[in-house]
Amino acid sequence: MENSLYGPLANVAEDAGYTDPPARAGFFTDTSVCIGCKACEVACKEWNAIPDDGFALTGMSYDNTGALGASTWRHVAFIEQTAPREVGDSAGSTRWLMASDVCKHCTHAACLDVCPTGALFRTEFSTVVVQQDICNGCAYCVSACPYGVIDRREDDGRAWKCTMCYDRLGDGMEPACAKACPTDSIQYGPLDELRARAQERLGDLHREGVAEARLYGEDENDGVGGTGALFLLLDEPEAYGLPPDPVVTTRDLPAMWKWAGGAALALAGGVAASFLGRR
Amino acid sequence: MARVGIESWPVLRQLTGTDRLGRGEAARSKRTDALVARTEQADRVVSSVCPYCAVGCGQKVYVKDEKVIQIEGDPESPISRGRLCPKGSASKQLVTSPGRQTTVLYRRPYGTEWEPLALDDAMDMIADRVIEARRQGWEDTSGGKPVRRTMGIASLGGATLDNEENYLIKKFWSALGAIQIENQARI
Amino acid sequence: MAECHPVGFQWVMEAKARGAKVFHIDPRFTRTSAVAHRHVPVRAGSDIVLLGALVNHVLSGGHDFRDYVLNYTNAAAIINEDFKDTEDLDGLFSGYDPEKREYNPTTWGYDSASEEPASGRRDESSRAPDLSAGDLSHEHGPGATYEATPSQTGRAPYRDDTLEHPRCVYQVLKRHFARYTPELVEDVCGISPADFGEIAEAIVANSGRERTTAFVYSVGWTQHTVGAQYIRTASILQLLLGNIGRPGGGILALRGHASIQGSTDIPTLYNLLPGYLPMPYAHEHEDLDTYLERAAGDTGFWGNKRAYMVSLLKAWWGDAATEDNDFCFDYLPRLTGDHGTYQTVLDQIAGKVKGYFLMGENPAVGSAGGRMQRQGLASVDWLVVRDLNLIESATFWKDSPEIASGETTAEEIGTEVFFLPAASHVEKGGTFTNTQRLLQWHHKALEPPADARSDLWFMYHLGLRIRERLSGSADPIDRPVLDLTWDYPEEGPQRDPSAAAVLKEINGYDADGNTLSGFTALKDDGTTACGCWIYSGSYADDVNQTARRKPGAEQSWVAPEWGWAWPANRRILYNRASADPEGRPWSDRKAYVWWDGEQWTGHDVPDFEKKKPPSYVPPPDAKAQDAIGGADPFIMQTDGKGWLFVPKGLVDGPLPAHYEPHESPVDNPLYGQQTNPVRQVFPRKGNRYNPVGGEVFPYAFTTYRLTEHHTAGGMSRFLPYLSELQPEMFCEVSPALAAERGLVNGGWATIITARTAIEARVLVTDRIRPLRIRGRTVHQIGLPYHWGSAGIVRGDSANDLLPIVLDANTHIQESKAATCDIRPGRRPQGAALPALVRRYRRIAGIPED
Repeated sequence: MENSLYGPLANVAEDAGYTDPPARAGFFTDTSVCIGCKACEVACKEWNAIPDDGFALTGMSYDNTGALGASTWRHVAFIEQTAPREVGDSAGSTRWLMASDVCKHCTHAACLDVCPTGALFRTEFSTVVVQQDICNGCAYCVSACPYGVIDRREDDGRAWKCTMCYDRLGDGMEPACAKACPTDSIQYGPLDELRARAQERLGDLHREGVAEARLYGEDENDGVGGTGALFLLLDEPEAYGLPPDPVVTTRDLPAMWKWAGGAALALAGGVAASFLGRR
Repeated sequence: MARVGIESWPVLRQLTGTDRLGRGEAARSKRTDALVARTEQADRVVSSVCPYCAVGCGQKVYVKDEKVIQIEGDPESPISRGRLCPKGSASKQLVTSPGRQTTVLYRRPYGTEWEPLALDDAMDMIADRVIEARRQGWEDTSGGKPVRRTMGIASLGGATLDNEENYLIKKFWSALGAIQIENQARI
Repeated sequence: MAECHPVGFQWVMEAKARGAKVFHIDPRFTRTSAVAHRHVPVRAGSDIVLLGALVNHVLSGGHDFRDYVLNYTNAAAIINEDFKDTEDLDGLFSGYDPEKREYNPTTWGYDSASEEPASGRRDESSRAPDLSAGDLSHEHGPGATYEATPSQTGRAPYRDDTLEHPRCVYQVLKRHFARYTPELVEDVCGISPADFGEIAEAIVANSGRERTTAFVYSVGWTQHTVGAQYIRTASILQLLLGNIGRPGGGILALRGHASIQGSTDIPTLYNLLPGYLPMPYAHEHEDLDTYLERAAGDTGFWGNKRAYMVSLLKAWWGDAATEDNDFCFDYLPRLTGDHGTYQTVLDQIAGKVKGYFLMGENPAVGSAGGRMQRQGLASVDWLVVRDLNLIESATFWKDSPEIASGETTAEEIGTEVFFLPAASHVEKGGTFTNTQRLLQWHHKALEPPADARSDLWFMYHLGLRIRERLSGSADPIDRPVLDLTWDYPEEGPQRDPSAAAVLKEINGYDADGNTLSGFTALKDDGTTACGCWIYSGSYADDVNQTARRKPGAEQSWVAPEWGWAWPANRRILYNRASADPEGRPWSDRKAYVWWDGEQWTGHDVPDFEKKKPPSYVPPPDAKAQDAIGGADPFIMQTDGKGWLFVPKGLVDGPLPAHYEPHESPVDNPLYGQQTNPVRQVFPRKGNRYNPVGGEVFPYAFTTYRLTEHHTAGGMSRFLPYLSELQPEMFCEVSPALAAERGLVNGGWATIITARTAIEARVLVTDRIRPLRIRGRTVHQIGLPYHWGSAGIVRGDSANDLLPIVLDANTHIQESKAATCDIRPGRRPQGAALPALVRRYRRIAGIPED
């Protein structure tokens, strides 16, 4: 039970009650080959029928969606970096980092742990999904997420986030973003394989002299037990707007679990009763 | 509505099943259990090509009840290997957007608003105007040399059209004697 | 490339992962720069200096691929002794007529033969006088140690295989580019000698037998008053390095629209007929024979031009086209000059054009000189717009910037406008030709909604109605319309003409109606019909070859069974050059097609006659392909050679020379001739030009596209998912320029030219870098051009700032380099806007409108 809330977890889906589940599914986003085209943002919206997120120029490089949110489940960050130089010096001192962020599908997902209605649940692929037919918009998950991923949509009040295209996975398809990605910056597959691939890519980059390359989310001993979506970054996580040391917010609060569990029980009972009532 | 047995109660599933914390198997809703990719429900899947740039990425078009329900990359294309850029990924919206204008509009000379017009009437009116403008701009000779052409009609466009369409455009306008036939390739 | 062709860019990333070095040379640091090994900023409009210096580097260092250059190019050909170079005439070539502002190219010829260009300007001018072939009384230059000998074919020029004759192309090139040095590159392009050296060394190291280098360009090269010569300079470089016709080589044009290649092959272009046959120009007496004489040379595959042309006329006029009536050649209208889109706009304003069709095109936003474009639209009697969305070219009469400024009103615009909704790509069947000449059939998935129809439907049914109205007419001008073959099978509830039937006609058929196997089956006697000879074979064996979709994973890396590439399903043009003169691959690593002792074979369809041995020597009077030797890969050229020097076909010179953009912040350091002397200028009301240099318009600007939008926005600004990603017009400026002009990131700026002023949000970014040019700092401003007055997201249009000034070869506008001023804040509204622009014109001393 302790492992279910913190630290490494051998089989996330089994821990969530699935018998003989498929391999844990994940994303590996290799930002070193990202070209910032935002195909992931659009493919995600088309598949999941997400509404637009407003039409305002942010002035933050080419990023006009700003952050992950209820209506932006893939978000490409653009980070412009320049070393000081003289006019006329054309030496390549400019870097333009791009990275497609997404829900981390944590091993220990605070959003799920605090959800009192059972709307958030762990799928057989070990991913974390909101069931929109259950969500009541309480927003506990919103403040619980250590990455600021999940959010409520203003108009319908419910919480929304990346489902890793749960409906597609069930039919053996890959998530829309990974499929569209022109340069394979977003890769989808069994998490174990992706972790190995990420290590290999990291080694290649280090050999090529890209010393600043690092992985993010691959450490099972980190504050969320490792993530289902890992990243290869070319700078500190903070440069991309990612928390350097995320911790599942429910780590030290077993009491909170009991409370939430009780609430979930009560609500689930209520839902069941409503089914019975309709028979 | 399907019968819901008592064994499907989440509470019961949580208490009796393997998902003691109620965060996985036990929490699944009926809707979740019924979820399938909508592409699985398509009446037909049609091979297409992205209409934006000239890379020529392969697309699969999923149609259900005579509506496009999804357009995504064709993994079999040796050009694109199933991938699409943001524009290609927005192809479904290009086709299904409610903002798309699907009826004929007419603006009379010096008019201040659009007016509706039947397609058939529009085609007749355009045919009449082509014939008239062709004659108005007709030149048998230019600078003493035979040209047998009309300068009364011009056309621009074709780079987003099919080859077959461009062929009919060039063929028919040339037969009419129109020479100012151009497209984006000049721009 | 990552910006505008992201999915194609996956192959660059793949090459990079396998060790390729990627340079990105661009005024701006873009999404391509972000993943390239090196980004080298260049001043917009200076590329010929950079490329010319690379040519100089190759020639002066002896880095050319000598076996390739000697055998496959015209390097050894000797040029007419009357030819004078820009080095001799301070920026002009011989033959310039300052009155007419045009060249007589007579002196640009080879010393012993006249060459017909395979493309470029053809039927228009008379032929240069033929110099008699094999004239052995020819005088050699003084003190020459070479031996110039007539080469193997009767028509070919004198050659000097030592490449030492002072008038051989190789030496002419060497002299021409001698002053294009790394120092000049630094002075004109703003590229340091170190950066230049890195590029030069990389391309030399990656060319030759074992390796190839590719150049990729887009409209950043074409949209200049020297656009064709930009690409020519790259051609020279790639030929010298042996990078043409070989895998991993080439000069690759990335085109921006799904079938812009197709609309050039089957041209909705005034000066071409299908398959690059020239449209006939007006001459006193011209029949099919005299047209064909002017149209192309008799040797090389253009030597079959009669078969191509007669088959086209048969496709169009069927039974009416007979040998006796010259196959209805007189039915074709004649040209008398430039009838390109910009000339048409000027003619609209002059009241000469009555009716205008826009089919999937939005010139009010997408063409240079937006005000002139909209004035043109407001000047025609009637306008038909066919599009998916209500674009600015359809709504200009109520929402144009000129309406907003009060310069005109809807009540003053007499244009009758028909908006006809178009079918989308999934609502019709047909082919797109992609940027690599690949035809791909897209199947119809469903019927279009409501009144939406395909352009195929529109043209066909409009044609039926017009023919019906003209039926019975005795007027000879109506014969071409009534005799036209216009009887396509109809399909579906809307009576769509069969697109497959149209493609079959394009492919061609014989007298019995059987589809042709390819262009070599075309006859010049009227027994075959073919709508576009280069597309012949696309429906071979009565099978729609363009619809082939054998999965890429199940075939070779060349993927010959996916779609169909013109000509003859070849994926790399002139691929004979991938083998050495004896027909052996230059190296195992770069093997592509080769001679196996009996025939040509390899990974691709050989671009050579299958059974012609490398040892083949043409007999003296051979015609067409028979005149091409077994070691001459460039089979469309009259001499089978790649042309380093172009004796005929270009209107602005046989070699590229650096000229400044029409609007430039600096003088031309190379020549007294500042700009391309034959560029097309149209000084007039609404199209005033900024003066060169000066303080009023001190900044350079360049226009471009963003990944998130598509050209003039008709297919992107109307979609929420794309609009939200780039919701507003912006300008990109360097921190230094921002400081100089008080511009603030996220704030507004007004950009002013002699044409108009627009406003844009400001992005201050180090990705735009001031350059040191000719001893001063030159700031460049970046302007995407997608926005207009309609759509979900709206904004001012960058093209409104641009003048109409054109490349004389292509009649394409210079939209990649012009000058402007920039100031903080939003632009004035209403009448204050034209007043501001007038004030600028007055201060700059520009004639008042």
